[in-house]
Amino acid sequence: MATPVIEARNLSIDYRIDKQWLNAVCDIDLTINPLQIHGLVGESGSGKSTLGLGMMRYLDSNARISQGEILFNGDDIARTSLSQMRSIWGKEISLVPQNPLDSLNPSMRIGKQMAEVTMLHMGLSQKEALQTAIQALEHVKIADPEQIIRHYPHQLSGGMQQRVMIAMALSTRPKLLILDEPTTALDVTTQAVILDLVRELIKEEEAAALYVSHDLGTVAQLCDYVTVLYAGEVMESASVQDLFAKPLHPYTAGLLSSLPNANHGERNSRLSTIDGVAPSLAERSSVCVFAERCPVAIEKCHNEKPPLEQTVGNRLGRCWRWQEIDSGDIIPRNKPQGFITENNQKEKSGLVLAAHTISKQFGEYSLLDRLLGHEKNYVQAVQDVSLGVGHSMTVGIVGESGSGKTTLARAIVALISADSGTMELLGTPLPVELNKRDKNALSQLRMIFQNPNDALNPYQTVETTLGRTFKVLSKENPSATEISERIEEVLQAVGLAAAYATRYPNQLSGGEKQRVALARASIANPALIIADEPTSSLDVSVQATILNLLKDLRAQRGASYVVISHDLDVIHYLSDWIVVMYLGEIMEQGSSEKVYELPMHPYTEALLSAIPVPDPTARHGHIRLDGDIPSPRNKPTGCPFHTRCPRYIGDICKHEAPPIRTTDDGHQIRCHIPLDDLAITQKQSTPERTV
Amino acid sequence: MGRYVIRRTLTLLLTVLLTSIIIFALTQLLPGDVAKLVMGREASPSEIDNFNERFGLDKPMPVQYVRWLGGFLTGEWGRSYIQGNPPVRPLVTERMANSLRLAGFTLLLAVPTSILLGIGAALNEDSWLDNAISIVSLSVVGLPEFVTGIVLMNIFALGLGWFEATSLVSDTMSLLDWIRILALPAITASFVLIGYITRMTRASMIDELKKSYVRTATLKGLPRPTIILRHVLRNALLPTITVIAISIGWLMGGIVVIENVFNYPGMGSELVSAVEKKNIPVLQAITMIIVFIFALANLLADLLYALLNPRIRLE
Ligand code: SF4
Ligand code: SF4
Repeated sequence: MATPVIEARNLSIDYRIDKQWLNAVCDIDLTINPLQIHGLVGESGSGKSTLGLGMMRYLDSNARISQGEILFNGDDIARTSLSQMRSIWGKEISLVPQNPLDSLNPSMRIGKQMAEVTMLHMGLSQKEALQTAIQALEHVKIADPEQIIRHYPHQLSGGMQQRVMIAMALSTRPKLLILDEPTTALDVTTQAVILDLVRELIKEEEAAALYVSHDLGTVAQLCDYVTVLYAGEVMESASVQDLFAKPLHPYTAGLLSSLPNANHGERNSRLSTIDGVAPSLAERSSVCVFAERCPVAIEKCHNEKPPLEQTVGNRLGRCWRWQEIDSGDIIPRNKPQGFITENNQKEKSGLVLAAHTISKQFGEYSLLDRLLGHEKNYVQAVQDVSLGVGHSMTVGIVGESGSGKTTLARAIVALISADSGTMELLGTPLPVELNKRDKNALSQLRMIFQNPNDALNPYQTVETTLGRTFKVLSKENPSATEISERIEEVLQAVGLAAAYATRYPNQLSGGEKQRVALARASIANPALIIADEPTSSLDVSVQATILNLLKDLRAQRGASYVVISHDLDVIHYLSDWIVVMYLGEIMEQGSSEKVYELPMHPYTEALLSAIPVPDPTARHGHIRLDGDIPSPRNKPTGCPFHTRCPRYIGDICKHEAPPIRTTDDGHQIRCHIPLDDLAITQKQSTPERTV
Repeated sequence: MGRYVIRRTLTLLLTVLLTSIIIFALTQLLPGDVAKLVMGREASPSEIDNFNERFGLDKPMPVQYVRWLGGFLTGEWGRSYIQGNPPVRPLVTERMANSLRLAGFTLLLAVPTSILLGIGAALNEDSWLDNAISIVSLSVVGLPEFVTGIVLMNIFALGLGWFEATSLVSDTMSLLDWIRILALPAITASFVLIGYITRMTRASMIDELKKSYVRTATLKGLPRPTIILRHVLRNALLPTITVIAISIGWLMGGIVVIENVFNYPGMGSELVSAVEKKNIPVLQAITMIIVFIFALANLLADLLYALLNPRIRLE
């Protein structure tokens, strides 16, 4: 076997918090072989970033390596001096960080920042180094690199910035690349392109990489080998095929089956979940760290810490019961409890919400602009959007950044006023301005937000928050007993024990806060709840419980939902009807089944193709979109998608707005290509990827 | 950037214009009848009318304002009310020159010192050096200027005789003479500024050192001094520019106490005496100058800030 590029043995890293050393990652064994892309997955707080950066001996100022060694080039870099590390950093090990904009110096030109590395490590002159930078940018497929090196970071899009970081990291031909959540800040279509690029370049440069991520989909698509981290410890480590095909650790098994596409489009069953929350640094136990949440824990697990040992083949695992799991004697995950039976309110006729041609512009046109004769510079955030939400129905709105999905949600609940268009709630007109809406409209239409931290008042207990909302929204003045009864009822509905009533938000976990937010939204029995990215600030295992809850609530209470997300899997799992938006306009809408069938809008097709499937055997779709999403400020003419459309048919796309093509069941596609032709070409061919 | 410069300049002009109205209005509100105050209690009604006519005080307020502003802009700043009615302009411009000298000398002392101290403290965050710098700069800010002024004067002027204790300014003085006069008031003013600017620099430097791009630079393998000089300093000093601009305004008009301790003929002390004597033309002229210089310093600071910050420059 080849000598590993880097190898950590018994590595532990501690943080000093409140004058105490707390263990953040513990007893890690991690080996990366040449040409390997090694995935390091974990949820927030698992210590994956600490470990990822720790592997290159980069520690926060309050951290230390308390035990173990890191072998690189035969040296133990856990012990070498910092000045020796300087000849390794940037030369033999480079980092591609999570947030490229913050990671570039805002007041230095791209070229200069890139040139620095090669001047330092390869002794190039400034001129040669700039030339090398241009080549490196060409390598990451940046058009017009001579121009780009003269730009400042903020002038580039997120995708471009990340390409610059990748080009810079590779410019000294390092042996090892550490990628720390490199695509988390990017849209899914850009992510797909960047991941392709990373895979290609790493193979080409014959480097090895450590890919740190929370996203099992991208890990499955990119990595050869995977290490799963939980509460600072390695739970399991295996080749990507083995791990996804047959997880031997209950945590891995739980994670995989809590993904929203884990039940393969079976939208009527619950997702399996991992109950409880991960322990904080101070609460790490000396027994199995997963025991509190493990569905198959036995007494031994609570008394003794399992060792990290070789399991099947050369896999590593840390579980007392891996043999039983391997033989199939136990199934190490929560069985989702049965099917969700919908009540049949769906038969009710009429719409809960109807929106007609909603538009919203942003932008200012100041006196000075007028004096200087500047053009009006508006952002058309939402344009002529019409949609309807039926009884007991979930409508999912999906789109990338700049799609206008959040603006649309805010216009519906009147957090901002639409410029034009009309709305009806339960058949009665719904004014666009908040102050014109009556109490009934307010109580029938509630919203929950992406970040529950911002939405809950930190100085109010759960009880106070819920009670106030109920009092304000109720028609009759409810008595104190009525209020507390109702609070108990909704807390139960969202799966929180009655004891939670007296807690403050800082005593709740992220998932619990989102439950409280849901309880508050549903306390006055609204007809419609708008949920804006309800799970995107949560870990996958917690996300699953919230998704289940949303389904249950709908089934039990018959409310309708509009769910907004950038995550097509979440939307697909939750929704009966899907709306796909791009640059403020609806590209396609239809029933969940129809949107996933051919013909589909070329943008939907590209979006689906870009989703990283958490299954290494299902290779990525092949459609990749060029360039970045245009700024809504300079929205393309004609079809807004024409600058990136892989099925572009000519000038007509550029100059004329496409027609809405509707089928009998209300499925709408806005494209110049007739639906039959679209279906035929989509069946036959994957469009050539234009570079 | 062009647009930005235009906008900022227009804002500056508007600000100055608005303040001119406020200044004019406020000086009208000063208690007491100007003519009586200036001419003395025994002045006859005809003498008072005469005074009012000569200084245009009999005209309606808006007319007075327009006249005054027009005169101010064309360099005709009127005549002082005090004996002999000397023209205001030479008097005020001389004071302004003195104030500018003192301000310039103070900044020359204070800015490099405090930036160095701030950087030193930030780079050694929480060390004994940082603590020492923090304690000294805090206590120096807390000391009243007349205390520092008098202590310094007693030691270095009256005791050691290195510098002058009072400021007898004349046209024929050499640079060295100027330094002997400026040194003590400038050091006294510096004490206050060093306190502020040091803490500002320290805070923004510490902020900047925590940013991700510093990690990127470190992980390029660059040596620490290069990272500080090439990457961090420029970004860290941006907020300091604004603080310096504000201190220019303070040095021009706000250091009356220091000027008095050293008997320095700056604008601040003249302003106070103009208020006492209700010498309105002088009062208005000085206030306008201070406002203008203050606004100008802010404009320059903003432009410099924008120039050093591509996110604004390339807006
Ligand atoms: S050791 Fe026990 S508690 Fe830990 S993962 Fe295995 S079965 Fe679960
Ligand atoms: S109208 Fe043209 S550009 Fe737009 S989606 Fe259809 S084919 Fe693509």
